[in-house]
Amino acid sequence: MAKVKGEIIVDIERCKGCQVCISACKENVIGMSKNLNRKGYHFAQSTNEDCTGCINCALVCPDGAITVYRARLN
Amino acid sequence: MLETLPITKEEICKPENLVYSRTHLMTDAALSYCPGCGHGTIHRMIMEVIDEMNLQADTIGVAPVGCSVLAYEFLNIDMQQAAHGRAPAVATGIKRLMPNKFVFTYQGDGDLAAIGTAETIHACNRGENITIFYVNNGIYGMTGGQMAPTTLPQMKTATSPFGRNVETMGYPLKITELIAMLPGTYFVTRQSVHTAANVRKTKKAIQKAIEYQKLNKGLSFVEIVSNCNSGWKMTPVEANKWMEENMFPFYPLGDIKVPK
Ligand SMILES: Cc1ncc(C[n+]2csc(CCOP(=O)(O)OP(=O)(O)O)c2C)c(N)n1
Ligand code: SF4
Ligand code: SF4
Ligand code: SF4
Ligand SMILES: [Mg+2]
Repeated sequence: MAKVKGEIIVDIERCKGCQVCISACKENVIGMSKNLNRKGYHFAQSTNEDCTGCINCALVCPDGAITVYRARLN
Repeated sequence: MLETLPITKEEICKPENLVYSRTHLMTDAALSYCPGCGHGTIHRMIMEVIDEMNLQADTIGVAPVGCSVLAYEFLNIDMQQAAHGRAPAVATGIKRLMPNKFVFTYQGDGDLAAIGTAETIHACNRGENITIFYVNNGIYGMTGGQMAPTTLPQMKTATSPFGRNVETMGYPLKITELIAMLPGTYFVTRQSVHTAANVRKTKKAIQKAIEYQKLNKGLSFVEIVSNCNSGWKMTPVEANKWMEENMFPFYPLGDIKVPK
């Protein structure tokens, strides 16, 4: 079975820190940064290497702040 | 034991590995919605379908009065903004003049089920060949969280601070079920966008609604039960949970009227 590995890129300035992406991620990849963006929100970020690229977090992000990549490992 | 996979973040994040990014049919403008508000997700799903069906140049949307009054700033298509509740009447005029365009309205529950009830019911009953996207969050979000016709019994709002008393304030209105009874409606469904699985279902419903309009089948009506975490005075994650526990039993998700 070919393994897949995903990665998310959060558009920090679009993120409003709502945390609904955290609830959507079964792999517990996402956490909130201690830092603030220019709007004053703590923004979401990837915290480990467990992302599968399932896109669930990006689908539920109201602000469309998440871009997802998925690579096949052979 | 953690297995270290032989691939770096940079190697994964290459254009050929891209699996999801915001559609270019959403403009770059920062959404005016509160953090976690479903309006943004609903906008994006409608735009994804219009993009995938290659309808950007052939679509005209009608924005309401409500939090989504500025939808024309966010949706990268032709838009018209209507007076409060009058979007179905405006859309009727647009569609009749330009029958080859895909015409939709985007309306909240205050807009559609309170001040715009007459326009809604009659556009549905005339079987206008338009699509209505109805965002039901059980409250007037924009104006500070007043009670709407859709507010649940006992639900606290700015104008029902002790909870909605149905004896003095009436019962919540299931306008979607009413509309489904009218012969002019062809496809009527109720969805949500609070989980990824629900987002996928909503997207399928939007696709169907657009297909039916292309076939001149009459009015398609897609309700999306959504959160208003500011009006409900909860965090976005709490609001989604509250919605599951309280809104869905009264407003059950699923198709209400499907073509035979
Ligand atoms: C003619 C008129 N009456 C009242 C208002 C005040 N008003 C603005 S938005 C709104 C209700 C919006 O609620 P809803 O349609 O549920 O949208 P939401 O903000 O919840 O998405 C009201 C009553 C208005 N703008 N125009
Ligand atoms: S793509 Fe899937 S696994 Fe990766 S962070 Fe998002 S929800 Fe989690
Ligand atoms: S869902 Fe989007 S806006 Fe909300 S915290 Fe996650 S990335 Fe930020
Ligand atoms: S007030 Fe409610 S409906 Fe309006 S943007 Fe905020 S959460 Fe969304
Ligand atoms: Mg509302």
